[in-house]
Order: sequence, then structure tokens, then C-alpha cells
Amino acid sequence: MSNIPETGRTPRVQIRLIVIQVLVVSLLLTLGGRLWYLQIRQGDEYAAKASGNHVQQVVKPAVRGAILDARGVPIADNETRLVVSASRTELMKMKDDGKAVLARLAGVLGMTAKEVAEKVRLCDAETPQPCWNGSPYQPIPITDEATAKQALQIRERTEEFPGITAEPTAVRRYPAPGKSQTSQVLGYLSPVTDEEIKKAENTDSPYLRSDQVGRSGLERTYDKELRGKAGVTRYEVDNLGRVIGEAESDPAEAGANVVTSIDSRVQAVTEYELNEAMKAARKEMDRNTNKLYEADAGAAVVMENKTGRVVAMASLPDYDPNSWVGGISGKDYAKFTSKKSNYPLLNRAIQGQAAPGSIFKVISSTAAVNAGYDFNGNYPCPSSYSIGGQVFKNFESQGYGSINLGRALEVSCDTVFYHLAHEQWKKDGGNSPKKPKDWFYKTAHQFGLGKETGIDLPNEVTGRVPDRQWKKDYWEANKDGWCKTGKKGGEYAEQIAYENCLEGMRMRAGDSVNYSIGQGDTLVTPIQMATIYAAIANGGTLYDPTVGKAVISADGKKTTEIEPKAHGKLPMNQKTRKQIEQALAGVATTGSAAWRFGGWPQDKIPMHAKTGTAEVYGKQTTSWFASYTPDYTIVMTISQGGTGSGASGPAVRKIYEAMYGLTEDGEQDVKKALLPKPQSALPKVEPDGSIHAPTVKPYLPVKPSPPADTQDLATAGGGPLLWRRD
Amino acid sequence: MAGFSVPGYGPERTSWTKAFARDSVVRRLDWPMLLSALALSLVGVVLVYSATRNRMGLNQGDPYFFFVRHLLNTGIGIALMAGTIWLGHRTLRTAVPVLYGISVLLILLVLTPLGATINGAHAWLVVGGFSLQPSEFVKITIILGMAMLLAARVDAGDREHPDHRTVLLALALATVPMLIVMLMPDLGSVMVMVMIVLGVLLTSGASNRWILGLIGAGAGGAILVWQLGILDEYQINRFAAFANPQLDPAGVGYNTNQARIAIGSGGLTGTGLFQGTQTTGQFVPEQQTDFVFTVAGEELGFLGAGLIIALLGVVLWRACRIARATTELYGTIVAGGIIAWFAFQSFENIGMTLGIMPVAGLPLPFVSYGGTAMFAAWIAIGLLQSIKLQRPLSAG
Repeated sequence: MSNIPETGRTPRVQIRLIVIQVLVVSLLLTLGGRLWYLQIRQGDEYAAKASGNHVQQVVKPAVRGAILDARGVPIADNETRLVVSASRTELMKMKDDGKAVLARLAGVLGMTAKEVAEKVRLCDAETPQPCWNGSPYQPIPITDEATAKQALQIRERTEEFPGITAEPTAVRRYPAPGKSQTSQVLGYLSPVTDEEIKKAENTDSPYLRSDQVGRSGLERTYDKELRGKAGVTRYEVDNLGRVIGEAESDPAEAGANVVTSIDSRVQAVTEYELNEAMKAARKEMDRNTNKLYEADAGAAVVMENKTGRVVAMASLPDYDPNSWVGGISGKDYAKFTSKKSNYPLLNRAIQGQAAPGSIFKVISSTAAVNAGYDFNGNYPCPSSYSIGGQVFKNFESQGYGSINLGRALEVSCDTVFYHLAHEQWKKDGGNSPKKPKDWFYKTAHQFGLGKETGIDLPNEVTGRVPDRQWKKDYWEANKDGWCKTGKKGGEYAEQIAYENCLEGMRMRAGDSVNYSIGQGDTLVTPIQMATIYAAIANGGTLYDPTVGKAVISADGKKTTEIEPKAHGKLPMNQKTRKQIEQALAGVATTGSAAWRFGGWPQDKIPMHAKTGTAEVYGKQTTSWFASYTPDYTIVMTISQGGTGSGASGPAVRKIYEAMYGLTEDGEQDVKKALLPKPQSALPKVEPDGSIHAPTVKPYLPVKPSPPADTQDLATAGGGPLLWRRD
Repeated sequence: MAGFSVPGYGPERTSWTKAFARDSVVRRLDWPMLLSALALSLVGVVLVYSATRNRMGLNQGDPYFFFVRHLLNTGIGIALMAGTIWLGHRTLRTAVPVLYGISVLLILLVLTPLGATINGAHAWLVVGGFSLQPSEFVKITIILGMAMLLAARVDAGDREHPDHRTVLLALALATVPMLIVMLMPDLGSVMVMVMIVLGVLLTSGASNRWILGLIGAGAGGAILVWQLGILDEYQINRFAAFANPQLDPAGVGYNTNQARIAIGSGGLTGTGLFQGTQTTGQFVPEQQTDFVFTVAGEELGFLGAGLIIALLGVVLWRACRIARATTELYGTIVAGGIIAWFAFQSFENIGMTLGIMPVAGLPLPFVSYGGTAMFAAWIAIGLLQSIKLQRPLSAG
């Protein structure tokens, strides 16, 4: 202050001037600090808000690719519906917010003005449904059921309907050619969830809010290929939503078509015959329970032996996949997921597991050979086999004297396998195992049981091989419950719990013996058994079953074939394989299935089969039928359906007959044959990218023959003695 | 420009070259202040252009409409500054009663049918296609008038400090136009005038009782208004929305929110001129006038917006130096009033865009578009320069 000239002013003013200067500086520093806080500290946050502010996306969904059968027949495609939509941005530009236009539109569409207004209003906390939930920059659909006349009225008078479009739009459709539903194999679509959008955000195939996503079946497995890429036009908009520029845009890419190995004609036959077999079983009396068979569920798989490709796959009960289109109704959804309807969404061919019964014996036979037994050796087949006072009976207490393993397969003799399994169990150390070889369990694993086959359908289950490790784990998990409820000398369940509590961790003789004929805790899926029987037929290769055969780009220019892939070899040499094959042929000619295959042209189309009837605690028996010809394997199972040959046999034969064009008498008419040889060629792609599709006629089942004929057939097939020999 | 001589100081010099001599007027001008003000005006030209080049409704189809006008306003402003320096604040002192009378008359005219409402404030006179905001001139005449009254007896050496009667008279002089402006209503300008009165009283050396009394009266009045519920809740919300935009999300809250997004998204270096999406998309209202700072924040970033604050800092710092250096109370008071005016108006304007002050319709000196405000600001610079030039040479 000393350098300030003599001013004649008082110190009061001088001090106040300094106070003002300090105040000014601090105000400016406050501004600088706040500026730093907003721009540097929170800059990223505000930058994100700014970009959210001004870019709006208009999404044009890609047309989803079709799913085709092996010959190009669409089993899932899109139908064109006339969708009338309103552009909210356009309407809001009008003086009355587009009210007049919407009122006119309501008149054309035969709706009330209120209905239309409700469709285009935006959802918020105070707006009840109906309202538009999506982006206000997205055209809002008012109806997807416009008639051609209505659409024409709107499009011809564009000046009266600014902001309104009437455009054909693709909607998913499952046409069910030849009445083949293929429900669970196809799967279904439903709108993408917020969670999924978030999860896929940074992947190479992010979801858009308007996307429909495959939820199960092929729609899910091949979702990425089928979905294509939605076109996104990004607009820069101003504060009133007016477009002020176009940002980077992605054109839509139509989804690819997926060709499957399914033959919709064979699929229709398979679904029909499985259903017929179940209906027939429900008329049969179960002698064990003295009730009619429930036949509550069933599955069938038709597979190409040399590729593992699935020609048909049926699972009952099923549902109409079209129920999902345009959003499933609450009523349908409740029905599809209820116990009462027995869960039709389940694909029991890959998700249904049950004890295999005697169709497991091909594995036991192989295990025996690998353990050192001679396939052609002589093994006693008494009517029963006892272990420490516990009696294990042959089916219907039949005895066959001394037979080899082949004959044991043919007549499905349990006691031969009881005997062999028991011997092995003893060799492995019995109740105090010492370095057990566990041939029977090891072989099952080598056949691919206890794990997924790797089919290209989601949520396949593994089944179970009840080996020592599993027993141990299972006991660890359950012992507390068993030891609590178990009671010595109590009721059956209590007694079992008591025994399990004490020695559930151990492999008992009874467990091993039961296991050798596919009973007890073993669980398999139809697809596993089909894979195994196809492998026996093809020389021993276990293929990963596939439904998808090729992916063809929407323009038809790029075809990516899905090559068959193997996941293992059967643990048997060719000699054993041939011996088993011979025995399986014997099953169809002189064995347990012979009564169902009378008149079959065995010389032309050699039939191999194995029947199975698995016991399930507290339920009726599960019917299994595994079979193959040189080209195809068919496995069918019916839950609570009775015996293998009884319930499933005729249906399987009818499927073969349709495929080969056979009459009941074994005459072949190649012209009538649906698929005498596997379809190896892919469908023809036209130059414009469309795929040639032959028409499919519905399956006309052969009228059931009069009862007298059936009697003859049964006699011809090996006599009434073999009835129900599984 | 030959008229750049100062009456009452030395013999008349007519030579051009002499104007640049060592002790010449041109040499002794406060160049940092002048150049800062010029820089602010020119930055304003660019920012105003950026904010309006695609607002077709505003710029009448010509993207350069505001660019040219702001440049023109700056030129007129500089000429007015030169005229002010030429006349000198002491000469003006004698004309104060006339100027005060004219300015009060003009704001009274605003209340007649000649007045126009622009942006909610009935503060404009529209004459022959030109619009004028007389309240901007009133700011100057209040400063000059109060300074004349308060400094008269002190500068004459009669008293050490203005007496109570003089202070009361000076307050009355300020209150008359303030009441008129409040009727418009242009509350933003009234707030600035209150601050000017405070600055004038402080620098005049008026008794502390006046200063504290004035502050107390203001606070008491605010509390009274609040407590008596004179304002509706929405009015209070609107006022408080600067701190919490949710209180008024559709009105002021929207503006402050968008302004904050614009500034915040600028980051360190900004999006680049004409690249700001908030600006191009017109998300911020009144961006060429009251919210011009958001353009700088978004497109020039922390560096550019910080520079504007720094330039204002230079102007104010130099003004403070002038106030402290001058020997007569009249000049000190005039400088003090201008400092209070610029400081508060800048803080309020930038503060509202940053969300630390409530929203009020006030331009940012030199930068915001608006002729009257620009002219008034440059006249103020002229007054400050004149005060600097006229201090006794004995001190130099």
C-alpha cells in the first residue's frame, strides 16, 4: 500500500477496495473450480449423457432365416402380414399431435379412435396398458392384421396419412408340413430380455431391443445364424426430436437358412405312429398293476447310421409351436408348463431319461467279451438266479438251458447276464473291492453313456451310469435322509432306506446283477441309445447326432455344411460286432421281436432289433425298442407303456415300412417309399437364393389289418410262446 | 481518432504521432483490460455464431446473421468506449443529471405500449426494428449518479466520508429506476443493481451501518417472502431448481440440466468448434444470449471456458487496480460500481450454467449476444480507462 499515491482517501475505503478485490478473485476461483469439477471430474458421465441425448436408433429387424427339412421343405419360416405402423416423431410434428390422422386411420382400420390412440401412447408410470413400450423413434405397430384393401387405402392416400405406413412384415410361422409338428426340435422364440441385451452388449452379436431370441430347440442352437443382423439407422436429433443428421448406420442382413436332416414326411409318420402306439398301449391291461397302461409320454428317434444325422425326432406330449408366435398367451403357457399336461415342452428324445432295460444288453455282452468271456461259449440260462437267498428271476420265469451270448441277446435271457455280472463282481473283490476292473461299468462309459451325445439341441441330459463313484457320491448326498427314515424290518420303503443307510455307498452284488440287464439306477436317453445302435450298425463309430445339416446364406451364395463328427468308437472288435449284429438280426427273426416282424423282407432289408422292458419303482414298465437296418436306426420308448415289442414294436415297423415303401407283407414299392436311402444331397438353391421345396402330402397310415391276420403274423413270427418275451 | 485527447489535461495535441508518444493517451491506456474485453467480444462472435448458425427460426435463414451483428455491436461498443474516453468521466459528471433523467425516462417508456416482452422479461424498447434494453444503461447512470452525490463533498474536502443525508439521497436515486425495472419485471437486472448499490456504498466509504443495514434488509426481506408464503411452491422450486433440476424437470430444471450436460461433456479440450451435439441439437435454450457459456464449455472444453473466466478475471483485476490507484473518490466509486456490476453479472451468468446459481436472465458481459448490453459494457470500459488516464501525474 505504500506505493499507492497520496489519495486523500480514508483507510476505510482502501481496506474495502482490497476486500472487494479478494471477493472478486474468490468468485472467479469458485467458477473455475466448479468448471473443473463438471468437465474433468464428471466429464465422462456428462459425455455419455450428451450422446444419449442426441442419437436415436431406428431398428429394422432382419428377416429371420427359415429352418428347412432335408429336401428343402420349410418347417419354420416367416409369413408376411400387413402391419400398419405410425411414426410418432412424424405425428408429433403436427399441430394436433397427429390426432386427426389417427382418427382417420381408426376409420380405415375399423377400430375406435381410442384404441388407436392407446396403441401409440408411450408407456410410463402413469399410463396403463395398452401402450407402446419401445423406443418412440421406432415405428409403432397399430395392427398386424390389416387387410390388403386397408393397406392399399393407406398407401394410396399418403397425404391423408402422413407418418403412417402399411408394410408387409415377416412374422414367424411353423407350417407343419404333412402334419409334422416337430415341436420340441424346432423350439420357439420370445422377445429378448434386458439381461440378455446387457450380457451380449460387447459380443460380436449384440441384441437389439426388438429382437426375438430362440429359446429352445433349433431356434436356440442356430439362433445366431438364423437371426441375421438387424439394420440400424442412427439419426442425430435435436431437442424436439427433429432429425438433424444421419450418423453411422448398419444395413440389415437377413438371417441364413438352416437345412436340417429332418425329413418332414418321416417326421410326420414318426409322430403319428408314436401317438398311435401310445393310444394302443392305453388300451392294454398291465398284469402287474391290474390297470390299463398310462402311456403318459413317449419319444422316438430316427437316425442315419453312417452320419448320426437325425431324420426324425418325436416327443409326446407335444404342442403347437405356433402358440408362441406373437407372444404366448398366459393360458397356453400355464398349460405347457404344468404337470397335468406332463410338460410338453420337454424333448424327451434328449431330455427324457429312464432305465434302458434289455436294450442295454448289447453293452453287457460287449463287457463280457472284453472281460474275457467267449461270445460263443455256453452259459446257463435258468429261470432264476439266486444270490445269498435273494432270487433274481428271468422275465416271466422262462428258462432256455445252456446258450451262447448271441442267443441270450435274442431271447433276452437275464440269468446269463446275472451270472456273468455276479462273477465279475466277485472277481473285483465283492463287498471288499480290490482294484476292481468294473468291466460292465467301464464298457457303458465307453459306449458314451453317462454323458451328453453332443447333439446340436440345447439342454441335453446325461443319463447315468451307476458305478462305484456315483454310488459313493449319491450315498454322501442322501445318507442323512436315509438314516433318519430307515427302519429295520419296517415297511418296504423304510427297509430300503435302512439298507441304503448302512451300505448304500457299496456296490452290492444285487446292484451289479440288476445293472447288467439295464435295470436299477441306470438312466439313458433315447438319443444315447440311438447313437449306440447306429454305431453298431456303422461298424463302431459313435457319431455326435446332428439335426442341422447346412447353413445357407440368405442370398444362397454361401453354403456351410455341418459335417458329421464322431465322439468315440465302440469298445469292440469287428468280430464281436458282427456276432452282436447277427444276434440282433435274430431278435427280429426268431427272438423277442420276431412276432412283430413277421413277413419282413429280411433278405432285402436286414432288420436288427432289441426289445427292452424296464421296471420303474412305483410305476408301470417303460417300453423300449432299439432297431436298425443298414441305413437307419430307430429307437422308441414309451413311459408306462408296457413291453418293448408289445408297445413300441409295431410303431417302429410302420415307420420303416413308410420309409422303405413296404407293404405289411414285405412287398416293396420304391415309388411309395419316403426315404429308401438317406438324403445326402442338399436342397437345390435357386439363383435368386430361394430354396426349392417339394410339396409334402400328409401321411396316410395303413389301415389296421383284421385281427385274424395279426394272429397269423404272431404264429409266423415264432409262435405264441414268445409273446412279450423282452 | 484524432480526438483521443483529454480535455483538461495539457495543451491540445493534434499530431497523430504524438498520440503514441511516451506519455500519450494511447500509451497510457490500460491495454490488458482493453485487449481482454476485445478478446471476450471476439470469442463471443464465434460462440454466438456456433449457437445460431443452424437455428433457422432465429437467424432468418442467414447463418451469419448473429455473427455479423455481434461483430458490429463490438465495433459500436469500441466506438462508444472511445467517445467516453474522449469526453472523460469528469465531463460526464456534469451531465449526470441529464443522463440519469433520460435513462429513467427510457425505462418508463418500456412500461408503456412501446415496450416489448422478450423471453418473459418486459424489458425492451422496440423502435424501428431495433430493440433496446434501457435497463442496461440505467446500470451506468445509477453508478454515475450515486458517485456524483456521494463524492461531491468528500472530493471538495468538506468531509472524510459521505454523511447520512447524502447516502439516503443516493439510495433514493438508485431506488427509483430499480422499482421501475422490478415492475417490468426484470429481476435479474434488479439483482445486478442491488449489487451495484452495494459496491458503490462500499467504495464511497459510507458508514458500516449502511452496508450492514442494506445486507440485513435484503436478507430480512427474503426471509419474509419465504415465511409469508408469498411465493407459490412452484416458484420456489423454480428458483431452487439450479441445485436440484428434479424440482422443475420440464422448465428451468430442464435448462440447467441440459446446460450442465453441455458443459460437462466438453471435457478438457471440448468437442471442437461447431462439433458440440448439445449445441447443434439445440438442447440448451437461449444459447446465444444467457447460456452462451455452455457453447464454450461444450465445444472448447475446460481450456476454452477457463480462458473466458481468466479474461474476465483480467478485466476485473485491472479495474480493481484502477479503483485503488485513482486519487479522487468520484473515480473510485465509479470503478467500484463497475466492478460490482461485472463481477456479479459474470458470476451469476456462468454460475447458473454450472448449476451453482439460480437461473436469471442476465447476459455474460461482452460474450453474450445483445447490443445494449454490449454497448453498456464497453462504455463501462471507457469510464475505467478515463479514470486511469485522469489520475494526477504527480503520482506517476
